[in-house]
Amino acid sequence: MARDDTRARRWRAVLLTPVGLTAAVLLVAVAALAVLGPVLWGTSADAVDTGDVLAGPSPEHWAGTDNLGRDILARTLVATRLSMVLAVCAIVVAVSAGILLGAAPYLLGGRAGRLVAAGVNVAVAFPGLLLALFFAVVFGVGATGAVLAVGLAGAPVFARLTQTLVAQVAGRDYVSAARVAGVGRVRILLRHVLPNIAEPLVVNATIGAGSALLAFAGLSFLGLGVQSPAYDWGRLLYDGIGALYVNPAAALAPGVAVLLAGLAFNLFGESVAKGFGVPVLVGTPQPRVRRESTAVAADVASASEGGDDEAAADVVLEVRDLEVAFVTAGGTVRPVREVSFDVRRGEAVGVVGESGSGKSLTALAVSRLVGEDGSVRARRLRFLGHDLAAADSPAQRRMLGTSLAMVFQDPMTSFNPTRRIGRQLAEVATEHQGLGRADALARAVDRLDAVRIPDAGRRVRQYPHEFSGGMRQRAMIGMGLMGTPALVVADEPTTALDVTVQKQVLELLADVRAADDVALLLISHDVTVVAEVCDRVLVMYAGRIVEDLPASGLATRAQHPYTRALVAAVPHMDTDLDRPLATIPGRPVDPAEVPAGCAYAARCPLATARCRAEDPPLEQAADGSRVACWHAGEPLPDPVVRPADELVEAP
Amino acid sequence: MTTTPTRVLADAAASAAPPSWWEQPWVRFTARRAVRLLVSVWVLVTASFAMIHLIPGDPVRGALGPTAPAALVEARRAALGLDDPLPVQYLHYLQGLVTGDLGTSLLSQLPVVDVVGQRLPATLALAVLAFLASVAVAVPLGTLLGVLTRRGHGRRTELVFTTSSIVVATIPDFLIGVALVYVFGVELGWLPVAGNASPEAYVLPVLSLAVGPAAILARIVRVEMVSVLEADYIRTARAKRLRARRIHLRHALPNALTSALTLGGLLLGSMVAGTVLVENVFAWPGLGSTIVSSILSKDYPVVQAIVLVYGLGVLLVNTAVDVALALLDPRSMIREG
Repeated sequence: MARDDTRARRWRAVLLTPVGLTAAVLLVAVAALAVLGPVLWGTSADAVDTGDVLAGPSPEHWAGTDNLGRDILARTLVATRLSMVLAVCAIVVAVSAGILLGAAPYLLGGRAGRLVAAGVNVAVAFPGLLLALFFAVVFGVGATGAVLAVGLAGAPVFARLTQTLVAQVAGRDYVSAARVAGVGRVRILLRHVLPNIAEPLVVNATIGAGSALLAFAGLSFLGLGVQSPAYDWGRLLYDGIGALYVNPAAALAPGVAVLLAGLAFNLFGESVAKGFGVPVLVGTPQPRVRRESTAVAADVASASEGGDDEAAADVVLEVRDLEVAFVTAGGTVRPVREVSFDVRRGEAVGVVGESGSGKSLTALAVSRLVGEDGSVRARRLRFLGHDLAAADSPAQRRMLGTSLAMVFQDPMTSFNPTRRIGRQLAEVATEHQGLGRADALARAVDRLDAVRIPDAGRRVRQYPHEFSGGMRQRAMIGMGLMGTPALVVADEPTTALDVTVQKQVLELLADVRAADDVALLLISHDVTVVAEVCDRVLVMYAGRIVEDLPASGLATRAQHPYTRALVAAVPHMDTDLDRPLATIPGRPVDPAEVPAGCAYAARCPLATARCRAEDPPLEQAADGSRVACWHAGEPLPDPVVRPADELVEAP
Repeated sequence: MTTTPTRVLADAAASAAPPSWWEQPWVRFTARRAVRLLVSVWVLVTASFAMIHLIPGDPVRGALGPTAPAALVEARRAALGLDDPLPVQYLHYLQGLVTGDLGTSLLSQLPVVDVVGQRLPATLALAVLAFLASVAVAVPLGTLLGVLTRRGHGRRTELVFTTSSIVVATIPDFLIGVALVYVFGVELGWLPVAGNASPEAYVLPVLSLAVGPAAILARIVRVEMVSVLEADYIRTARAKRLRARRIHLRHALPNALTSALTLGGLLLGSMVAGTVLVENVFAWPGLGSTIVSSILSKDYPVVQAIVLVYGLGVLLVNTAVDVALALLDPRSMIREG
């Protein structure tokens, strides 16, 4: 039932695209012509008129006449049937032979199966036309030979497809279950596997029919396919091109017919493949209609920028009312809102929160690395006194390229796999510091040395895949050290690493800080890591900062119930193992559906009616720490043990 | 893949002893590729040998026609060695291939090697020029469109380009040839439409062969560019504040091309075969027009040899693509192991 619904919806989706609809209409027209063509124009197509041979287009003969005075247009229309029948026969041969060859490895198994698979692999490497010529020689010139030739030439592709599909389906549980139950391979193939791979096979056969039609026209055009007096489009083209100077329409009419029919099959097949392969998901981010460019945002920013809270001289990064917005199908989503904070020289600031809290996006936004589909606004966004909301300029690029270092979460994917490590480091120096290639490479070696990569001189010539994960993360830090960074933004730098390697990377970051008084903005979901490394912690929830406090005070002085819950969720040496681990009930807020009032209210044990109605502002206390909570610091009730399925483990 | 290659490599690098030479990825890669090439060549040679024996009836009788005297047919059969037992014929065939003897044409009595040697350069020139032309157009076009239609950009451009490239790619090369002959030969009379006597004569055949593959290749390059521009390492490159052009051309393009190259190789292979049709449109004095006339006149030794040459061409192209891929992206050497 549900399956039929999906299918109907997909078909509708296919037919509603302009291309899909055009192709479908064209296909129906070609099919109708194949049925009716010979009935309607059969007589005029064969009517010989020796008084009017090789004539150009005229009111009686729209596309002129051939060397026997027969009407070209009528012959083209009549030829639809034979062309289609031959193409369909060829594709039937191709699919049948392909299924046999493709299923053979599964049925035969073992050495014989591998032999067939290897043979198919060799055959697939040869272009279809070459195979078709080979078989055309073997089966002889003529329509039957050409059907077999085009069909068998297409077989390897379908064999490969079947092989892949069978392998996929054969791995599924119900097939394994059937095998365990002692069902034979042939029976499994017919009952369980083939019905499940029928859909992609049919779609590909549709596309294949278009190719077969064109290939057939090619063979007939070469004189190897349909022979006189029978005629298909290719044969008409073969006759027509000889008379191209006398009556071009004689070649163009069948040419257009071949093209339209081929397109109809191909486009229809492609549309169906697209429609069925990629189901339409509701709520995926759509391209924006309006473009809120950063340049516009910058105007707004400068216009509204007041003279309030002038930054202290040692502030490296200054962020006021940062907002990141994405335009989606469901409206504008703001995963980061009203974020304000400073990072001072040499200071380590941690940002913690669950996934979706906006912490990583905040890191990207302050580094000007948010993708172009998102828009960043801020009342003030300054790095080393430079306005980052201003448009991209060469000077600003140089400043950011040398003073702001980034370390990303996944060292496996963050290096370019096709470039040597040394080159990737060196280009910072060649791009921003005016160094020559040799000098830049020497500096890269020096920097790799500085991040304790052994044998750096050899390592620079290696590719990222030759480095281990921890080494890559160190190299990434080394890349940041190519310049003279004032700030390192590290977005979950240890999440993808083993525990022992995590420690090394954190120590390295600490050393980098200590050596040059470099500031660190460390994004992490791990409260323990942040407490260990950082001076100050920003706790984010649903895109806002909810608490800002010294890292040393996390365990004792946290005011916000969410911060306290995060801290409580970390198991300690003295945690009572007989009690369930502390967790935060409920789920993190979806940035697309932020409720009114305090976003944490739904999960908060202290929540009152006011919390659900009014969003608490981030208030600064006398000691400089900030908290956004109507009930900051109030004692928490004892945790209530809830059924397991309602619990979401705190990170 | 049972173990992650990176892990293995990292461990190997961490241990003090450098890996033995046969453990070097490129040695294994070359060896594997050589074996695959040899097996494919063997299959091809055997198939071309089998071809003449798969033809129903007597190929010599078929070639010489029903009116030829029986003595002549017998003599030709003997000359071709068709009366020997199959294994002996196979051995002779292999020997002939190694020594460069491809037999004699049934009709012209010329050595097949000479026929092929005379015709091969024209076909080669056509295929290579067409390939270069399609790459020269497709890579910049695909790259540009990839950048223009990256995430959150140019939805309409993408739709127009994708649709039109599918349409263009569907048009078979010989139809493009016919249309070009009509427009530039018949209507405008600007360019020669037959033979390869002058440089201008190359324009239309090369164009008809290049247009379809160029459309396909441009489409692949665009799709790859779009997905590569989403990669983490592009974000890293942006974090280095490199110029947009450098990010697109130095960081994204090589990665996009590695995937595009695999399909591009298949394309080049199909272009080798595509010459057959295009040559017949333009009366090009190459292998393609020869194989068709030889098939029609049942001159099987010539057909056999040309099928072999085409097949070898395709295999060499595929191998060259694999090697180029390995040079561009060293991981591909390991991935296949």
